[in-house]
Amino acid sequence: MEMIVDEIVAKYNYWIYVVLMMIGFYAMIGKRNLMKKLIGMNIFQTSIILFFVSTGVKKGGGIPIVDKYQALAGNVDAASIVNPLPHVLMLTAIVVGVSVTGVALAVLQRIYREYGTLEEDEILEKLQR
Amino acid sequence: MTPIVSFWPMAAILVSLLGALPIILSDRQPNLRESWTILIALVKVTIVASLLPWILEGGSYVFTIAQVIPGVPIELRVDALGMIFALVASCLWLFTSIYSIGYMRALDEHAQTRFFASFAVAISATLGIAFAGNLLTLYLFYEVLSLSTYPLVTHKQNAEARSSGRKYLTYILGTSIGLALPAMLITYSVAGTLDFTTGGILAGKASPELLALLVVLFLFGFAKAGLMPFHGWLPAAMVAPTPVSSFLHGVAVVKAGVFAIFRVIFHILGPETLQSANLGSLITYIAAVTILVASLIALTQDSMKRRLAYSTIGQLAYMVLGAGMLSALGMLGGIMHLAMHAFGKITLFFCAGAIYVASKKKNISQMDGLGRRMPITYLAFFLGSLSIIGMPPLGGFISKWNLLLGAVEGDQMVLIVVLLVSSLLNAAYFFPIVYRGFFVPAIDGEEEGIKEAPLFCLIPLSVTALVSLALFFFPDTLLQLARMALGI
Amino acid sequence: MNATNLHLFVLVVPLLSALAINLLGRRSRQWIAPMVLGSLAFSVFGSIIIMARVIEHGNLSYTVGNWRPPYGIELVVDPLSALMMVLISVVALLASFSSLKSVEQELPGREHFFFTLYMILIAGLFGLVLTGDAFNLYVLLEITSITTYGLIAMGRGRAALSSFNYIIMGSIGACFYLLGIGYIYILTGTLNMADIARILPTLNAPVATATAIAFALVGLWVKMAFFPLHSWLPNAYSQAPTGAGTMVAPLMTKVTVYLMVRVILSMYTPALVFTHEWIAQGVVWAAAFAIICGSVLALGQKDLRRMLTYIIVAEVGYMVGGIFLANANGLTGSILHIVNDALMTLCLFLVVAAIIYRQGSVSLVSLQGIFRRMPITMAAFTLGAFAMIGVPPTCGFFSKWYLILGGIDGGHWEFVIALVVSSLINAVLFFRIIELGYFGSLQDGDHHGPPSTERHEAPWWMLSPLVLTAVLLIVVGLSTGPLINNVIRLMIPVGF
Repeated sequence: MEMIVDEIVAKYNYWIYVVLMMIGFYAMIGKRNLMKKLIGMNIFQTSIILFFVSTGVKKGGGIPIVDKYQALAGNVDAASIVNPLPHVLMLTAIVVGVSVTGVALAVLQRIYREYGTLEEDEILEKLQR
Repeated sequence: MTPIVSFWPMAAILVSLLGALPIILSDRQPNLRESWTILIALVKVTIVASLLPWILEGGSYVFTIAQVIPGVPIELRVDALGMIFALVASCLWLFTSIYSIGYMRALDEHAQTRFFASFAVAISATLGIAFAGNLLTLYLFYEVLSLSTYPLVTHKQNAEARSSGRKYLTYILGTSIGLALPAMLITYSVAGTLDFTTGGILAGKASPELLALLVVLFLFGFAKAGLMPFHGWLPAAMVAPTPVSSFLHGVAVVKAGVFAIFRVIFHILGPETLQSANLGSLITYIAAVTILVASLIALTQDSMKRRLAYSTIGQLAYMVLGAGMLSALGMLGGIMHLAMHAFGKITLFFCAGAIYVASKKKNISQMDGLGRRMPITYLAFFLGSLSIIGMPPLGGFISKWNLLLGAVEGDQMVLIVVLLVSSLLNAAYFFPIVYRGFFVPAIDGEEEGIKEAPLFCLIPLSVTALVSLALFFFPDTLLQLARMALGI
Repeated sequence: MNATNLHLFVLVVPLLSALAINLLGRRSRQWIAPMVLGSLAFSVFGSIIIMARVIEHGNLSYTVGNWRPPYGIELVVDPLSALMMVLISVVALLASFSSLKSVEQELPGREHFFFTLYMILIAGLFGLVLTGDAFNLYVLLEITSITTYGLIAMGRGRAALSSFNYIIMGSIGACFYLLGIGYIYILTGTLNMADIARILPTLNAPVATATAIAFALVGLWVKMAFFPLHSWLPNAYSQAPTGAGTMVAPLMTKVTVYLMVRVILSMYTPALVFTHEWIAQGVVWAAAFAIICGSVLALGQKDLRRMLTYIIVAEVGYMVGGIFLANANGLTGSILHIVNDALMTLCLFLVVAAIIYRQGSVSLVSLQGIFRRMPITMAAFTLGAFAMIGVPPTCGFFSKWYLILGGIDGGHWEFVIALVVSSLINAVLFFRIIELGYFGSLQDGDHHGPPSTERHEAPWWMLSPLVLTAVLLIVVGLSTGPLINNVIRLMIPVGF
């Protein structure tokens, strides 16, 4: 029991991401409202982004903005600055996520205009008729 | 002897393939279209005959079409066995073309252009099978043949044609994709090649169990040979016009199936390899069952074409029986029967078609006394049936005699009995037709108006009947080619 | 533009033309067709030149923005990428001829929107096959997906709903892939594929590596509709506008399969992926299952297009299974099948587009007697059907040959049986349609009179790419030998 609690406390951030991911996954699959599915997708993507960003963290690391000549001369200690690469990658991923959300919202608008509702079961019912 | 690289085998195939185009284009001018068909047939026979001398000296021709899979090109190789099939196919196509012109015109059939064009493609595929240099090429042309004969079988386009066409494809495509293709790939996987070599390519490489599996897969995979239980497509295909049936049964489709089995037994699996695995009896028993059952069913059929269909199934099994004997005379008999049966059966089918054209009758029970009105047709029928039964002085005697000798040589009592019994059965289902035609009074009121068939139909059937007769007296070329094919 | 960055331009030209189409297309419709066809023709020529160069000189590389790899993003062209570039450009060009006509009919007044998305999609596909960076792959994957979502949503009826469904499932797939890349980054510290391949085997972290591989592969499997993750595909591809379906159906899933090949060969290295035999075995079983289920589901469809989408699911099973056979024949068959299946699917979807243009529907009921109305279209359909069934000498036969041979070599008889059964089911599927089209309805009886319906063939804009594709099926089939020897053989890793 002690071991498990220790494990959870030591890597609490990863556990949070897992929980977020599962919430998002559940929303995407389990919820019947299309908007909720979309939000679920966002939560899912967010959890992965958080996971990535957290890989760059270093204990006691500072902001990775350094003097150019110092860097070129090789006088920067990598352990003292947080890894900027995951942040950059995740900026791209956020952009991708935003684009997908944008397209999805446009599609949802279209669906709403056509069926008057965003509930999946009501739409399926309308289609059957 | 080193093979000669020559384009002529390919030319023989291409002649009718490309010839389909002028046939399609002369849609509006039937006489022009028909002359194209005959011209192409003549050119084809000439090219094939021109290849004969070199083959008789023991040589062969090669031509590579495309290098597709490493070690297994799409390649043509003309050797003795292929020559037999090619000669039979191209000669009989000439006669079939002439006959079908008479038949289609007399009945004023629809869609004649599609008919002649599909025929042209089908005979190309047949020659492709005859000249194939390895199993892949044979398989390729085999599939093309199946697909190009579908429009011919379903020519009438009514409900019956539709269901027969479906049956046709189910049996033929189903077995070639489901059984023959895996067998071919397993063979390639074990042997590393698919070239036709005397003595086979699997010597020492395959266990007896694997060989047995391959035998079964190949025998039933090439369902065009009509071995039971995959024979059902043949009677169903009788719904097609008679020229198609005579083509299917005399020339192309069924002989292609048997030819493929010959190639597999002689040049892929190899008689010695099969002998040492004791698989000859497997082949002969499958064939024997088919012979007996088919002959028995033929006795019960009233429709002339269906009786001929079941007779064909039986006769094809004779050829496989001969091959399965794995003895020199037996295999010789099997190969000879390929040629003899072709001429004999096509005569019978031509006669059936002529009877239909002249009198619109399809059932044997309606054909009493017809022989007196159509003497030439019935005489030809008589000669053809004698050849099939295997009586001298007709060509069929030579092949059946060799089969019998082969069974005796191999000390196989069962096969001797099977051969004798089935010959009796053959007589039992053929002679009544001739007897009733000549000696039984006709059904009242139908005597008038039935004359002999038109000349276009009459000439081919007489010629093929006479050839069956001639082959008894002059079988040497065929015998020589067959011996060379077996390497004896 | 010079010799060293032609492949970049092959990607950029469609991208720029997308912009131009949007701006100029608003003013007048006449600008659209020349720009689409012009840029795609440029891509075709460029790809062929690149292919010739790669075969002669070996791999090409281009560093974007002059940031040296492994820190910068690099575009790599090896024989397989070159082959894919040629394939994508040729398929896109042929499809666009037909799409121009379809879109004119189905989306009047919105062609410029359609073709903007279309061209960006193609640029994205080029990027996917060129990239040498794992994260860049994710970005491009999403670019292609987003444009596809948009294209599909432009259709009628249930299209928007199908597109939304696709968005949800597709995003799950992409996120899984991203997660896999995340693990790789944590393990190796680099995102360049060649670098990862160098570093990964030296690490001793089997669990993390396995998780990374698993996530990335599952993500790609969702994107390529590998059964049972395929549920988005039938609706999405059959509800999309016809012009979109013609280009997306042949390409998207096949490029994703290519991505899987690339990831396994160049990034994860086959040694790592296939270490545990039981996993590979399991995947082959799953693939066999996918093949059978896809084929059987296709049997129950009443609409030609939906039937084809289920056949796509089965074909994906062929390719995934072929790769996980882990032998040379299987891999050869798989890569060959990427090319062949793209062409076969293109041929069949072009037929669908032509039929819809003329009669508005491809339900099986409406196809009766169609051989008479559209003989050339149906002749091409017959050829495409033969290729799907696997009749030589069409290309479909030869990829099946290698796949079955690979199955025999590896002792995976379930895969061999699945392939044979699927060919037989395809024969049933396609001959059902050929019969319907050839015979008309059963009430017609004997057809001894003149034809009851007149010829109403598709316009030549749609007919010419169709005929060309049908001919290509046989030409590519007969050129399998050179294709394998000069291109695919170079991709097989040593030891397979």
